[in-house]
Amino acid sequence: MVDASLIATVESSFSRRRRVAFAIPVVIILYLIYAVFAFDLPGVIARARMDNAAILLSDFWSYKIQVTRDNRSDRVLSTVEGDARYTVHPDWVTEANGVTTVDLGAGNVVTYDADGARYVVPGYGTIDIRSQRGKLVLTAPQPLPDWISASDTRVGVTTPAGRFNYTRSKVETFRYFPGWEMFFFTPESPFFDKSVGQVVALALWDDRVDPAQSNLAHLGRDFWNNQKWHHGDVIWALFETILMAFLGTFTAAIVALPLGFLAASNMMPIRVLRSAMRRVFDFIRGVDALIWTIVLSRAFGPGPMTGAFAILMTDTGAFGKLFSEALENIDERQVEGIRSTGANALQRARFGVIPQVMPVLLSQVLYHFESNTRSATVIGAIVGGGIGLLLTQAIQTQRDWEDVAYYLVLIVLMVMVMDWASGLIRRRLIKG
Amino acid sequence: MVDLTLGTEPGKHPALTDTRKSYIEMVRRKRLYGTILLVLMLALLASGFRVAEARNAGGFLNGLPMLGAFPSEVLSEAWRDRAHLPGMMWHFLPSLIETLNIAAVSTLTGGLGAAVLSVLSTRGLARWPSMAPVFRRAMDAFRALPDVVIALVLIYVLGGGPIPAVIAIAVHTTGALGKLFSEVAENADLKPVEGLTSVGATWGQQIWLGVIPQVAPNWLSYGLMRFEINVRASAILGFVGQGGIGYDLKLAMQWGQGRYDEVVAIFILLFLTIVAIDRLSDHVRTRLTKGA
Repeated sequence: MVDASLIATVESSFSRRRRVAFAIPVVIILYLIYAVFAFDLPGVIARARMDNAAILLSDFWSYKIQVTRDNRSDRVLSTVEGDARYTVHPDWVTEANGVTTVDLGAGNVVTYDADGARYVVPGYGTIDIRSQRGKLVLTAPQPLPDWISASDTRVGVTTPAGRFNYTRSKVETFRYFPGWEMFFFTPESPFFDKSVGQVVALALWDDRVDPAQSNLAHLGRDFWNNQKWHHGDVIWALFETILMAFLGTFTAAIVALPLGFLAASNMMPIRVLRSAMRRVFDFIRGVDALIWTIVLSRAFGPGPMTGAFAILMTDTGAFGKLFSEALENIDERQVEGIRSTGANALQRARFGVIPQVMPVLLSQVLYHFESNTRSATVIGAIVGGGIGLLLTQAIQTQRDWEDVAYYLVLIVLMVMVMDWASGLIRRRLIKG
Repeated sequence: MVDLTLGTEPGKHPALTDTRKSYIEMVRRKRLYGTILLVLMLALLASGFRVAEARNAGGFLNGLPMLGAFPSEVLSEAWRDRAHLPGMMWHFLPSLIETLNIAAVSTLTGGLGAAVLSVLSTRGLARWPSMAPVFRRAMDAFRALPDVVIALVLIYVLGGGPIPAVIAIAVHTTGALGKLFSEVAENADLKPVEGLTSVGATWGQQIWLGVIPQVAPNWLSYGLMRFEINVRASAILGFVGQGGIGYDLKLAMQWGQGRYDEVVAIFILLFLTIVAIDRLSDHVRTRLTKGA
């Protein structure tokens, strides 16, 4: 015979749970709807610069050769990425009688002449731009498609073959090619524009280019000091970032270990000191990494040391708490055994406690080290050091997206290697 | 017959002195390795700090006296204008709420993404087992992208405001929580799932009714921990990019003297919020994982 009140209780608890199970998703959805309007998502989507996104994406995997005419001096210059140091003479740009013809391929032809420019787009027609009394006059088949943007001062055309820009001061045509240009060597180097086989041959057994050094050393130096990509500086920046994380994390662990003993209830008999220690940890963790970073960079200036100190401060608080919790969870019998041999407090800690907690502590430290390499990128962006600084600079100029892509690839690789290595060591530690 | 014995012959008792000797030797060796490792570590740290100091703009000893200068300058100015502080804190409350909203929305959306990805990539639960490694690699890639990078790139496309920060933190959260979630889901008992399969439940029903109730407490606990982290991250992103209380802090800092009372008001607000969330999530997490 089942008690009727028991059935009622069970049923009411079931229906309550069911209500909760439905209420939680509803609350989440309502909150997200509120957030959509609070953050003005429709407005952001409407204002989104998809043309910027297109430039960004194309820069990520390709580079452009830019054919520029200065409208005042009528000089035409073909450069790599608009960098005046690297002029090129591609065969698809020809000049005759003051008329420059740029062949973008697939029937797209741009011509610059004395009083304007023309762009012939296959399947559409000719876009003709004349400059008259300081204003641009556009003649093109109507209605204008959305890949042509025109005003009195600027005409822009974007097609799959390339980009074309006409302003009063200059005319520019961009043609895109896949790859990162001059990634290994710049034109100053004797290794520039050679196939892999030629480079290997030159480096290993051909005559010395520069009598003062071997070709292999020359190759290494030319790559390291690449004027376009600055590999040497980038690798140093990456090293600085890892250095910040390494110094910060491990010094914090060394500082926090004795403090953790002071805050653990089974190690520190004096209650006042214990809770004072805990409040210190709470304070350090409460004052966010952001604030520590700001305060420290005021004193020490930008650089990796400041970043290391910022990580050191934040992690001392975190480790203090974690370590004291780990110490409170130890097996007391081992300490008891050591105590029975007449060991003093320090010896009990060294032989009774440390061996027990070491694997746990080390694994936490490694986990933090791994996540701090990521934080060090952010902290570097604030204090100005490491790869974070290079990245924010490259992004803020809004021009060199290929640099951003390069740094991104390096950062992701760095984090993945750290992740993998610390995972490997941590598994070893836990298995013993 | 193959002789598998090592050390002393079978049947013979090993001499006690030998055992002791080899034990002490082992202990000595272990201690020696430990000491060498420790010394090596300290040497690495010391030389690391030397390199870091050399590459820093200001030296350590020059900076040390300055360490107190900035806080004391800020605090003394704030103390002079202490009457303004409550009003200023009230003034910055909307930005704080924006920062919290950024963290909450990104934790929610990232958590949902992590839940889906983790179930799809867990052995025994995956909808398409052959695709599981793909989802796992996707989570790895999401985790490896620092939020500040995504945010800065998105600001270029979407303009300022909280949306780039939300997307950036949500992507990173998806990766970070996904890994933790799938570790929990791997340990889930598969018997309820089998029971549901036997009565003809679809994959969605199996997961929703058989797995989610088991993993919910741990998932929620990890989600709360992530929320804590994300509040800090959204404050930092505001400082680097735009939006929320971090941006107000940057503006006040750039102004410098004369606006330090604002800096202190923001510091206090941030501090109180972080400590409160810390406490709250600690409390709830102990209840969730220890059961109440």
